[in-house]
Amino acid sequence: MRRLIVSGAIALAALVAGTGAVVLAAGTEVHPKHQHWHFQGPFGTYDRAAAQRGYQIYAEVCSACHSLSLLAYRNLMELGLTDNQVKGLIKDIVVPDLNDDGQPIERPARLSDRFRKPFPNELAAAAANNGKAPPDLSVIVKAREGGADYIYSLLTGYVPYDKLTPAQIKEFSIGKDDNFNTYFPGHRIAMAPPLADDKVTYADGTKATLDREASDVTEFLAWASEPWMEDRKRTGVRVILFLLALAGLMYAVKRQVWADKH
Amino acid sequence: MASSSVPADGHGDPTRRDFLMVATGALGAVGAAAVAWPFINNLNPAADTLALASIEVNVKPIELGQAITVSWRGKPVFIRHRTAENIKEAVAVPMSELPDPQTDASRVTDTAKKVRPEWLIMIGVCTHLGCVPLGNKPGQDKGPYGGWYCPCHGSAYDTSGRIRKGPAPLNLAIPQYLFLSDSLVRIG
Amino acid sequence: MASSHGTPPVFNNKVIAWIDHRLPIFSYIEKEYHTFPTPRNFNYFWNFGAIATVMLVLMIATGVVLATNYTPHVLMAFDSVERIDRDVPQGWLIRDLHMNGASFFFIAVYVHIFRGMYYGSYKAPRELLWILGVVIFLLMMATAFMGYVLPWGQMSFWGATVITSLFSAIPVVGDSIVTWLWGGFSIGNPTLNRFYALHYLLPFVIVAVVALHVVALHVHGSNNPTGIDPKGPQDTVPFHPYYTMKDGFGVVVFLIVYSLVVFFAPDMLGDAANYIPADPLVTPTHIVPEWYFLPFYAILRAVPDKLGGVIAMFGAIAVLFILPWLDTSRVRSCTFRPIYKWFMLLLVADVVVLGWCGYNPPAGFFIPLSQVATLYYFFHFLILLPILGKIERPLPMPPSIADAVLKKKAG
Repeated sequence: MRRLIVSGAIALAALVAGTGAVVLAAGTEVHPKHQHWHFQGPFGTYDRAAAQRGYQIYAEVCSACHSLSLLAYRNLMELGLTDNQVKGLIKDIVVPDLNDDGQPIERPARLSDRFRKPFPNELAAAAANNGKAPPDLSVIVKAREGGADYIYSLLTGYVPYDKLTPAQIKEFSIGKDDNFNTYFPGHRIAMAPPLADDKVTYADGTKATLDREASDVTEFLAWASEPWMEDRKRTGVRVILFLLALAGLMYAVKRQVWADKH
Repeated sequence: MASSSVPADGHGDPTRRDFLMVATGALGAVGAAAVAWPFINNLNPAADTLALASIEVNVKPIELGQAITVSWRGKPVFIRHRTAENIKEAVAVPMSELPDPQTDASRVTDTAKKVRPEWLIMIGVCTHLGCVPLGNKPGQDKGPYGGWYCPCHGSAYDTSGRIRKGPAPLNLAIPQYLFLSDSLVRIG
Repeated sequence: MASSHGTPPVFNNKVIAWIDHRLPIFSYIEKEYHTFPTPRNFNYFWNFGAIATVMLVLMIATGVVLATNYTPHVLMAFDSVERIDRDVPQGWLIRDLHMNGASFFFIAVYVHIFRGMYYGSYKAPRELLWILGVVIFLLMMATAFMGYVLPWGQMSFWGATVITSLFSAIPVVGDSIVTWLWGGFSIGNPTLNRFYALHYLLPFVIVAVVALHVVALHVHGSNNPTGIDPKGPQDTVPFHPYYTMKDGFGVVVFLIVYSLVVFFAPDMLGDAANYIPADPLVTPTHIVPEWYFLPFYAILRAVPDKLGGVIAMFGAIAVLFILPWLDTSRVRSCTFRPIYKWFMLLLVADVVVLGWCGYNPPAGFFIPLSQVATLYYFFHFLILLPILGKIERPLPMPPSIADAVLKKKAG
């Protein structure tokens, strides 16, 4: 058994060494900027203040084109807001509904409503955006390789046309009206740079730099992708501690039982 | 049973061995119970269902003498804006005539104990076998007592939603509700 | 009450005795899981049968509960899965257990298969036991594939499209078969509905085949690391408490690793693209199946012919059915096969390489690599195994299991 493990380990090590060399040779794509996130690691939690500011960015900027269809306004209370605070945030939002006669109407949003969509349907969203509907942002952080780092990098990764090298313009066929993004696959992205310094005036007085805005809205979207993350990690710590204790006891019992056979 | 089959040929102290077995068994049982809970809990109402457990209704557009039906927890709720005549009629009924005696005032009191006789809010489900009574919309048969009439088995309710005639045993049920302002009521 | 093997047990409890007289379930448990003589020299590889059983039970339990909240409709499936995560009380826990449970079930079964191959557990008289195991493996693959379609993300949709399209390689009737599988002209609502129905059904078929697998196992008993049959009581121990306790310990250790992934990296083994709702008009740039299918996917792509690729892929599994007759060696265990032991480890490395090829796009250096790895895979089973068994000289074997155990203890 021991010899088997050793020989297996040798085979694996040889394999890993071989593959590593090839992977290094193949790596030419741009990797997202590595950020430190409050929610990373086994004990990480969401930065509530950043996520609340991120909601403000979403509401004032992103929501003009991007839906967040899996979230309901009531979910905002999980960001540390009271129901009256959330009601204040959504007091001007109207959502589509039907009246008693089946006619479409708009009525004030309630806590139980899902987030209002900017377009009535996918086709309308595509028609208003040069043929391609802007993606829903509900699980965007989980739906992209690189996750939060990628979203942050994308939001801060625009290069203006006059800063591009002629080689880049030629290789990716960028026109004067196109948007070049360092981190977007293929670099030509339909979305114009959404954020800039002082794009919003933060309710809590934080200075709204491009960097701050991008990281705040990413924090918010990371939360939106997995609001139950903190519960998951908390449960995990308890489960692992329990299983370690059980494993220790089981091992002691097993040794006891086998004592006369070894 | 487990410990009895361990060969008792002197390995380890029997009390220590028994203690280990019992401790492991107990911990395992605790674990099994803890694992069972999420499976049971999964079948409880979900957060989106609970979010609709109470609804807020704007009653301002309901004109005097009119009624609306709203859906609450999957059931119809009747909200009637009663006329002075409706109220007078309801208050005048002697208790002895009622199969399920209740004063009209007790049926129009919100959870803050405020009485608003002009607003009657009831669950629109006949207490006989669960049909939805007629009479909430203009032109529908209101029955012999001017309130609601259940077409299934002929139960008739008065202007306070109290059973007067027919097989239904109880008055139409009143949900918990609270007027947040003169025009906004929260049901549930 | 601890009776020796062979004599019927006597139950002191009157209720148990009454029931057992009419339906001998207690006698069965006593005989097969208590006094059952089991080789005394198992190593930890022998835990993985019990671990796989625990995973099967866990998958069925979580699956049934998930089914109570899931909606198999193309317009609602994705959102209903998200609703389980977001709104159903502890729904995220059950879903994370289920989606990672599939991976860990496969991990357990792959280790179990490796153990069977390394120690020659498929050799006479356990050929049927082995074949039933391969049937379980096939059923697991079908179940896992259909389960992956249910969340209706981009990988669900396109994975289903690619895999069902394999059948179009069949001459003449291929296209009709694919249309029949889909219940339409592309993957759509009828497909999702039937996959859901089958995904619910097949696990219970697996349970039935597992029962046959266990019955077959208990006819001649377990193999062991030496591959030598037990010759008497000195070579065996009663299954309980020796292996119940050892299996229990192994299961808990396995659950620790599983929990680390479930609670701290639940999306590690999944694909980001499956969080994009299915879109029949846009194919993801890089379609990959779940990791446990990657070696077979690589074999499929290694053959530059459509029908040939499909045949090679199914052949890679079919060859396992005849493994007991391909191996001509007279000893079971690789412990006593000085040459084949290394080829066996090379096969493991080969399958890992195939998996790595399957993960990467079929371009550049991965094309020849996957072809070489595919060739070795078939070479190993079809050529090496029959020839090597005839020419290899096994190491001297101890006369019995007890001797092997005593020698190890001394050395």
